[in-house]
Amino acid sequence: MSPDPAHDRTVGRGAGQAAYPPVQVTSPTFVGMPKFPKAARAELANAQQRRNLRHATHTIRDKRAHVVAEVDDWEALRVKGADAKDEALTHLADYLERLEESLTANGAVVHWARDAAEANRIVVDIVRAKEVDEVVKVKSMVTQEIELNEALEAAGVSAWETDLAELIVQLGHDRPSHILVPAIHRNRKEIRDIFLREMGAVGRPAPDDLTDDPARLAEAARLHLREKFLRAKVGISGANFAVADSGTLVVVESEGNGRMCLTLPETLISVVGIEKVLPTWDDLTTMLQLLPRSSTGERMNPYTTMWTGVHEGDGPQEVHVVLLDNGRSHVLADRVGRQALRCIRCSACLNVCPVYERTGGHAYGSVYPGPIGAVLNPQLRGTTSDIDRSLPYASSLCGACFDACPVRINIPELLVELRGKVVEESGPTPESTAMKAAAWVLSDPRRLATAQKAATIAGRLAGGRTIRSVPGLGAWTNARDLPTPPRETFRQWWVREHGNEDA
Amino acid sequence: MSARDEILARVRDAVADVTTPPRAAETPTTEGAGAAGPAAGPAAGPARDATLELFAENVADYRATVLRATGEEVPAVLADVLAGLECRSLVVPSGLDPSWLSRLPDAVVRVPESEATSHGQLDDVDAVVTTATVGIAVTGTIVLDHAAGQGRRELTLVPDIHVCVVADRDVVPHVSDAVTRLRPSPGSARPLTWISGPSATSDIELQRVEGVHGPRTLVVVLVSEPTSKEGPGDAVPTRGGGH
Ligand code: SF4
Repeated sequence: MSPDPAHDRTVGRGAGQAAYPPVQVTSPTFVGMPKFPKAARAELANAQQRRNLRHATHTIRDKRAHVVAEVDDWEALRVKGADAKDEALTHLADYLERLEESLTANGAVVHWARDAAEANRIVVDIVRAKEVDEVVKVKSMVTQEIELNEALEAAGVSAWETDLAELIVQLGHDRPSHILVPAIHRNRKEIRDIFLREMGAVGRPAPDDLTDDPARLAEAARLHLREKFLRAKVGISGANFAVADSGTLVVVESEGNGRMCLTLPETLISVVGIEKVLPTWDDLTTMLQLLPRSSTGERMNPYTTMWTGVHEGDGPQEVHVVLLDNGRSHVLADRVGRQALRCIRCSACLNVCPVYERTGGHAYGSVYPGPIGAVLNPQLRGTTSDIDRSLPYASSLCGACFDACPVRINIPELLVELRGKVVEESGPTPESTAMKAAAWVLSDPRRLATAQKAATIAGRLAGGRTIRSVPGLGAWTNARDLPTPPRETFRQWWVREHGNEDA
Repeated sequence: MSARDEILARVRDAVADVTTPPRAAETPTTEGAGAAGPAAGPAAGPARDATLELFAENVADYRATVLRATGEEVPAVLADVLAGLECRSLVVPSGLDPSWLSRLPDAVVRVPESEATSHGQLDDVDAVVTTATVGIAVTGTIVLDHAAGQGRRELTLVPDIHVCVVADRDVVPHVSDAVTRLRPSPGSARPLTWISGPSATSDIELQRVEGVHGPRTLVVVLVSEPTSKEGPGDAVPTRGGGH
């Protein structure tokens, strides 16, 4: 966190800040990652991905709008969701202790991990003690964040991803590109080829006559993975929610692979970020309405599993929970920034983001892509790498993400704060002065509207020329030819194209 | 310092600016935001009918099959459904009403829960018949708490067909009603499985495919009170296809 006193207003008292240096280590996978503009330029060249993404984000967006409109008072629900998370976050120590107590009382073993290395060590030790050479996993972003699969692999343990999309990503030796549909950048023909080529090497091969019909592809995955589910001794999961007062963990999913991993193995290890805590059982009422509708645009997702420690005679008889910090306490110390920890990973903000729609998830250099990734990654990892310094600029600040967010995270506000921080850290330069002005303009919607109108007028004056670079916005505008400032502002365009639905 | 103590110290330190005390955990909130509606309960009447109608509609909307029947019709309906699905074997949860399976042909193999001890055995069984603890109208969800009649969790996971008999008195209007009903009691929490339609994925070009790992066929039989005045007759299938 910046030691600059100028930032005191955004940093919680946090006397110990200096003692707890940031944060996560930017993983080796992403350390060499070019900054967002460069990565984005590469991804922009991928027309297939762009077509898939456009189709996907628009389809989910429309479904979401439909089921959100069904709820009597969506706004009240959003406020309740934000409140529940804020309550948990602002009294996190109390609720974590409560959670630990309830989990322990119900037979679970609770572990604490300061960072990724510690969490991985804990998990690897448990797995080693079970003397197995494979585990089944249900998708969890947190285990991707800590790169648990790599740690297990190094320990000689194969970690099988079991979500269809994750399976596609894993078999394709690829990285995920969307929180919800990680294989969104692959089309059915590519998936068929990956299955035919790779499945046989790691288990039951795909049938020779496999077509690219999605039902056939899903069937191939069912058969391939079933063999692994039925014999697995250890399952690894994350959790969408951890209820402090009851000790209940919740996994929300669609395919049933979650149920398989949570039910069939003898030992279950769940890695849970400390921000997943909910104060009380009743808070599930709110979350179980917000999450499925925002995420997949369904009234309810097909399967939700709730377990409270060990249930005698039913499911895993050895249950471990690893509570992970890995930079979260650092984010929590920032009075403005802490709201990012409310995130329930629904991906609604991705689906409405004009930048994400064009660049895809890989350009963000993290498991957390899209608008929330642009905020969370620099928060969690600090702004020492090129990629993390450039992420706060990966946004047009149109505000669509805030409107879509079920827990009311003000992403545009956070991006502007982070931009200020990045600029402060690079010392006073002409750019930093410009950015301070930009932050000032962008932090207030009215100022922004005025500035956008001014730019629109400039656009009329500039005529049809393309502007290649804008002083002070070099990093982001260099990635693509910045169109001449538009003749209408984004807001004007949005209202014209979409009516006032999101205004 | 242990990892535990250090993390707790960090998060306490991080929110040192916050002065409000934690909200009292003892006051359960029963009403859910955005979920006002008719009270749950067996009381008959138009609101009740609408709730059941909505439940049936929303379950069918997930491409599950919904059948409605009276209490006496359950054995015949189950026999019909299972025959229609060409079921040759099923696993029977402990505590399931034995009369429900009385109309099944003898050729159908019944495996009692206590004898289905391995995953592989369950994988060889075609179907499972269970009850549910609660149904939620507004989302078309059934919730199992795996008590008597519902089986251990794997019973409703590994076989490919799940037939679930839901008593209409257990259907509540809203998610909040269900959450309230299902609150775990300290010391004896039950696992819960919330099911909204058959297993599904949209991971391949967003085309919805029913059936990845869970049961690919879900049939919900909604049963009216045994005291119902409705005369016996054929169960009326509402919309929704299934397989
Ligand atoms: S920031 Fe909000 S909209 Fe985006 S993934 Fe998180 S909860 Fe969903």
